[in-house]
Amino acid sequence: MDRDRLLKMLPWISTPLLLILIVGAWKLSTTWFEISRFVLPPPEDVAVTLAELMRDPEVWLVHARITLLETVVGFGFALVTGVLAGAVLGRVFWLERAVRPVVVALQVIPKVALIPLFVIWFGFGMTSKIVIAAILAFFPIMLNVLLGVRSVERGHREVMRSLDASRWQTFQSLDFHSTLPYVFAGMEVGIVFALIGAIVGEYLGGNEGLGYMVVVSLNALDAPQLFAVIILLAALGSILFFAVHAVKRLMIPWHDSVIESSIS
Amino acid sequence: MHAVSEVQQSTPELELIAVGKTFESRAGSTVALTDINLSLAREEFVALVGQSGCGKTTLLRILAGLERPTAGEVRTAGRSLWDGATRDRETLAKLGLVFQDPNLFPWYSIEDNIALPLKLRGIDKSSRLARARELCESVGLAGFERAYPRELSGGMRQRAAIARALSYRPEILLMDEPFGALDALTRDKMNLELQAIAAASRATVVLVTHAINEAVFLADRVVLLSPRPGRIRSITEVAFARPRRLDLETQPEFQDIVRELRHQLDEEQ
Repeated sequence: MDRDRLLKMLPWISTPLLLILIVGAWKLSTTWFEISRFVLPPPEDVAVTLAELMRDPEVWLVHARITLLETVVGFGFALVTGVLAGAVLGRVFWLERAVRPVVVALQVIPKVALIPLFVIWFGFGMTSKIVIAAILAFFPIMLNVLLGVRSVERGHREVMRSLDASRWQTFQSLDFHSTLPYVFAGMEVGIVFALIGAIVGEYLGGNEGLGYMVVVSLNALDAPQLFAVIILLAALGSILFFAVHAVKRLMIPWHDSVIESSIS
Repeated sequence: MHAVSEVQQSTPELELIAVGKTFESRAGSTVALTDINLSLAREEFVALVGQSGCGKTTLLRILAGLERPTAGEVRTAGRSLWDGATRDRETLAKLGLVFQDPNLFPWYSIEDNIALPLKLRGIDKSSRLARARELCESVGLAGFERAYPRELSGGMRQRAAIARALSYRPEILLMDEPFGALDALTRDKMNLELQAIAAASRATVVLVTHAINEAVFLADRVVLLSPRPGRIRSITEVAFARPRRLDLETQPEFQDIVRELRHQLDEEQ
């Protein structure tokens, strides 16, 4: 009993400790080894810059907002198309067989290599980043849904069949609920991929977004700002991931992945 | 309960006429069942026993409309279950099926699982939940209405599955080794409850089991199937008064029947 509770509390104790350890090692290495401030700024410099950034409305209203928008809109497209494509390919076997080689080929292409192409096609604005975010998030969602649609338990199907349920009833009571955990598994990966797509898109083109701020800081050799923006990006990624995770907990409280996870 | 003598006069509740089932595969065809003839009177309790592979589960699946017979006909109250490749909906609505696994939906609470058949029948939420709660009470799940299946023990889940099958008051209850996964003590208890449930619901029951004493304890007639191809080897009447108590199993008459059936089973090996 007590051991279980301790195990549950463990991440809440270990995480701050690990953070303190990392920041401590960081601080020590900057003072003892005299690492150049351009390479590794001391943590307090980063903290000061971070505080400045967070007070700057332009960071929130322009850069963070743009990156967030690109990520969420791209993710939204990926969610809709990924669920549809996954459901259709999961149910229509001949179609899945027909397109499988192409899907696999598309999947193994390092998609970030295509980003310059999207910049040419869709310009330096938000559109190209949304497209990139959507494409990166699409595959994990589609593949998970495809798997989910096919993973409905045989015994459950027979229950519906023996009860003479219609197709629509079977979808409502069985397929929908049974596939939902897979949709969320895809979404949790997809939201992170969408953010990666948006940031890398901003690296390569445009003059807005947190990714653009990274490039600007790099060009100015402003290491504290570079670190601060990276921290902002990490926070943005965490917020997005936990938002998806929270929706999942709300929607499928019955699922193992929700019951067993002790985070958040 | 003891309506066996009436079988000849009235239309049987459930009737199998020369039922056969052959599975076709690339390796060739396998005859799973051949020439099964059986009539059940209303409220009769029949157990199907036999070694694994004798086709008893296939036979039950045919009765449930999950498998289509390749020969013969299944009738309930004179109506044929199959009309070509389609199943007779009115007949299906009279059947309740309990599987080997509880097959509860993990996303529904126990009461929602039990009420599922009623939901499919378009019964409004408050009356179907009222019925589900009433059933929880009668199968010993009171207090667990809102629990998820994963929070229940195996025996409790199977009770919920039985309650789900009873929710729409089926006239015929079909059970495929419903307690096969349970330990011996729980099983005895569940058998007692099943007897009470069958009597209270006044359903005609077909129970598939591989446990001979369970079959003799519960059934009015025990149908022994022989394997390869599955066919009826013998039908034994069990005339003990009801309700039967667990100590019946220690009576010599009970043990004689079990011994005879066991003997018949052993002969096949």
